[in-house]
Order: sequence, then structure tokens, then C-alpha cells
Amino acid sequence: MAEEKEFRIPIGPQHPALKEPVSFTLALRGEKIMGVDVRLGYNHRGIEKACEERTYIQDVYLVERICGICSHAHSTCFVQAVEEIAGLEVPKRALYIRTLIGELERVHSHLLWLGVAAHEIGFDTLLMFTWRDREVVMDVLALLTGNRVNYGINTIGGVRRDIDKEEIKEILKAMDILEDRTKYYIEVATQETTVVQRLSGVGILSCEDALRLGAVGPTARASSVARDIRRDDPYAAYGEMKFDVITDDHNDVYGRAVVRLKELLESFKMIRQSMANLPEGPIAVKAPRKIPAGEAVSRYEAPRGEDMHYVKANGTDKPERVKVRAPTLANVQAVRHMLRDRYLADMPIVVAAIDPCFSCTDRLISVNDMDKNRTDTLEWQDLRDYSIEWYKKRGVDFSKMRKLK
Amino acid sequence: MTEEEIKQGLIDKFNYLQDKVAVKRARRLFIEVSMDKFGEVFDHAVKQLNFSMLTTITGLDEGERFGLIYHLASDNGIMLNIKTSIPKSDPVLQTITGYFPSAEMYEREMADLLGINVKGLPEGNRYPLPDDWPADQHPLRKDWKSDVLDKKENQ
Repeated sequence: MAEEKEFRIPIGPQHPALKEPVSFTLALRGEKIMGVDVRLGYNHRGIEKACEERTYIQDVYLVERICGICSHAHSTCFVQAVEEIAGLEVPKRALYIRTLIGELERVHSHLLWLGVAAHEIGFDTLLMFTWRDREVVMDVLALLTGNRVNYGINTIGGVRRDIDKEEIKEILKAMDILEDRTKYYIEVATQETTVVQRLSGVGILSCEDALRLGAVGPTARASSVARDIRRDDPYAAYGEMKFDVITDDHNDVYGRAVVRLKELLESFKMIRQSMANLPEGPIAVKAPRKIPAGEAVSRYEAPRGEDMHYVKANGTDKPERVKVRAPTLANVQAVRHMLRDRYLADMPIVVAAIDPCFSCTDRLISVNDMDKNRTDTLEWQDLRDYSIEWYKKRGVDFSKMRKLK
Repeated sequence: MTEEEIKQGLIDKFNYLQDKVAVKRARRLFIEVSMDKFGEVFDHAVKQLNFSMLTTITGLDEGERFGLIYHLASDNGIMLNIKTSIPKSDPVLQTITGYFPSAEMYEREMADLLGINVKGLPEGNRYPLPDDWPADQHPLRKDWKSDVLDKKENQ
């Protein structure tokens, strides 16, 4: 075929089919995708650099903001590494609470994903249903931590809030509702023809390719790759939890939906176990301000796959280096592979099916000023000043809040 | 294979690794190896010891040198962290995308943020900095401060 018939379509960085900035340039021949060029980095905020300039305890809150959806994944992953370097024995009750919040987070994240996926295939009724039900778990998270996102539950040496019997009752009630709903969604996803037909055979990733390309999380598990950090490299209280690692052999978007839905049922199991077996005792040990020199690698099974933090300490109160590898970056190669030779119309759902999180992947704010032809980075203080000025011009004065810093 | 068996196996195979392999805790092995021996140790770990996952590559600014940690993982949850280093005056590295295609993004990240020249990477976009970012600015180097850009402009 003649080469000149191939044309390129840019999708992103801003595009209705994308929830976050990322840029795909697709080489098309007719409707068929011949090549995929991915450009990431639009959400890069320089968080790794910023971590080196802040104290460990400040960093807990900073890394929590790497991602709004899996904030607990990042803060847990980070504190685990710091606790290992400092040799802290975290109380069991704290480990159970971390596990509980981690699974509640997975529930809200998977329900959010189901809604997004339903939206991408034009099934907005399902989006409305799942997001309404997701509010149940959001309320539980708010009850336990005070926040819907960025829970602030972790601290170095344990957790910051205990849970009581009344709260446990509320959680159990919520889990019953959500389990019912999840069973209904499993029926919808596996029996409703529009869903089954739209998702089957789309975004194929064979088991061999998943292994070769290093796919993680539900994306890998839907291609029969039974990898789950919670079982393989247990952290928090997962070593004491009974659960199954869900896999599926459909190798497509349908499989990824099934894996996430069945994982919800496993999460409910673990949430109930962590409350039934919640050990008595303190929820935190005191952590030193200065962390002795050392290094540690911490892994965490985030809703999207393996999250990994490497922390190097130099004996001061600030880390020497913090390295974050969020799951989406590991799945980028897989997406490229899944899109090739497929149709343009499949692109949104195939991309959505890895449950991408580009904020996790990119971490600085960079500003391009086309008029002055310059590039600049805005760091934390600049952003803060900018926002204070912005509101001041509109009659709201936040400048007094500086004192809180 | 347990952590200790892997450690012993590595020392038996490469005697220069004596005292260079540490089991820091359950499922965490750290190896230090010089750049000229890195290739064979890495190849052995991936092909013979079944460390079939590359979690990421961490680049470290250690003053005169760049430290590099290749975080490999196996299916039984053991993580093998192979540490090596290259001189900052000649920061050149061979790509490992032949072993792990997913290494592409991790290597591009080191190229942008630390200024390491990774040889053999496929054609592609830079990551994660913007296209018009100055070529000599590498934010993760310890001497880099964010006000450098303003100073440069005012010159």
C-alpha cells in the first residue's frame, strides 16, 4: 500500500476522550492504527526533587498528593520505606488500619474505573449507577479519615487516627450494600450484550506480551499473569489476610473489567477480616526527626498495579533521594502494543482499560510562555504565591494562611 | 530459591561479588558491582536467576559519580537491587531495553532529570520534561536549583 495514505492524528494533550493530559499521535491508514507515539510528562511536578528539599514528615503529605485516586498507596509506600530505614516496629493495629484504608481505596478506585469505562463505551447509565454507589465508600473514607481523598491517615511509625466500634458498624453496613451492588455489576458486565460485545476482543494483550512488556496490576492479571504484591511481597497486614489473586484469560478489555469487579469482592473480604481481627494496642510509635543513613525499597499493590518507592536517607531530617515508580508508567508499553493494528474508535476504551493515572506518572509544573519564548518551572512556593494573588484579585485574601506554613 | 541461596549462587559464580551482596531483609537483596562487570551480572540475574521484572531504575547524584540502581524482581516477591555507578564527567550508559522494553521510560527519565546519555534507546519523545527545556538543565542533579532558569534569562 502506498505510504502517503498514512496520516497522523494527534489526540491530546487536551482531548475529550482523555481524563488527564497525555498526548497520543496515531498514525492511521483508514480507520486502522498503524503506529502509536506517546508523549507523557504534562503532569510532571518535580515531586522527587521537592521531596529532597523537605523533611520526612512533610514528604508524607507531599507524596500523598502524587495522585488523588491512589493517595494512600503512595503515602503507605513511602512511610514503609522510611520505617524500614529507621528500624521502627510499627504496631499491628496500625498495619491493620493501613490495610483497611488501602482496600477501601481500591474499592472506590475500581468503582470509579467501572464508571469511566462505561462512559467510554457510551453506557452512561452505568456510569451514573457506579458513581452513585461509589459515594457509599467515599462516605466511609470521610468518616474514618476526615477526607474523601488524600486521607492523611499515615504517619511515619503508624497511623494518625484510630477507629472505634461505632465506625466498624458503619463500615460493615456499607460493605453489605456495596457487595450487593458489585454482584449486580458483575451480572451487568458479564451478561449485558452491549457491554460484553463492546469490550470483547478489544485491546488484546497476550500473556507473553504482558510479561515481555512488564504490564502490572489488573492489566497483567487479565492476561493470566498472577502477580500481586499483596501476596508476593506482603506488606502492612496482607500477610495475615485470606484472599485470592484474581486472574482472567480473556486478554482483553472485557477481562480487565472482570478482574477489577471480582477484585472488589476480594477487597470486601479483606475489609471484613481486618475489622474482625483488628488487634488492640497503640496505633503509632514515635519516629525520630532525623532518619539514620540507609536505603530501602518499598512496594505496594495500588489499584492500578505495583507502586514502588525507593528512599535513601543520609542521617539528616531530609531524604537524600526519593524515587517513585507508579503503575501507569509500567503499562505504557502495553497500551502502545494494544492500540497497534486496532481501530481508532477503540482507542479511548483501550487507554481507559489500564486505568491510567498520569499524575502518578509525571511529577513539576512546567509553564510554557509562547510570547516570551521561555519555559519555567513553578515550585511549591511559587504555586502557593500565585494562587494567593489570583484569589486576592478576586477579593479573597488567603495571605494570612502563610503563617501556617 | 531463598535470598541466601541467591546470594551464595552469585558469589560462587562471580567471585568479585564477595562482600558485595547484602540481604537487607526478607526479599530484599542489594548488590554493588562496577560498571565493567555490570553487564554479565545483570544478564545472569535476568536469564539464569529468573528476575523477570524490572520495577524501575533509580539514578542518584553522588557528587563525582552517578549511582544507578536497577530494581529487578522475581515472581516469588524477591527484589534484587543491582547498584553500579558511572563518572559524572562521562555519563554514558548502555540501554537495557533489549531485556526490558519497559526500561525505555525509566532511561529517558534519567536522561532528562540527571543528564545521563543512554546509548541505544529507540527513537522517541523525551520524558518527562517539555520539548523546549534547556539541554543543559537537569533538575535532579544536586547542584540544580530552580532559580537557574531565571538567572540564565537575565544574563
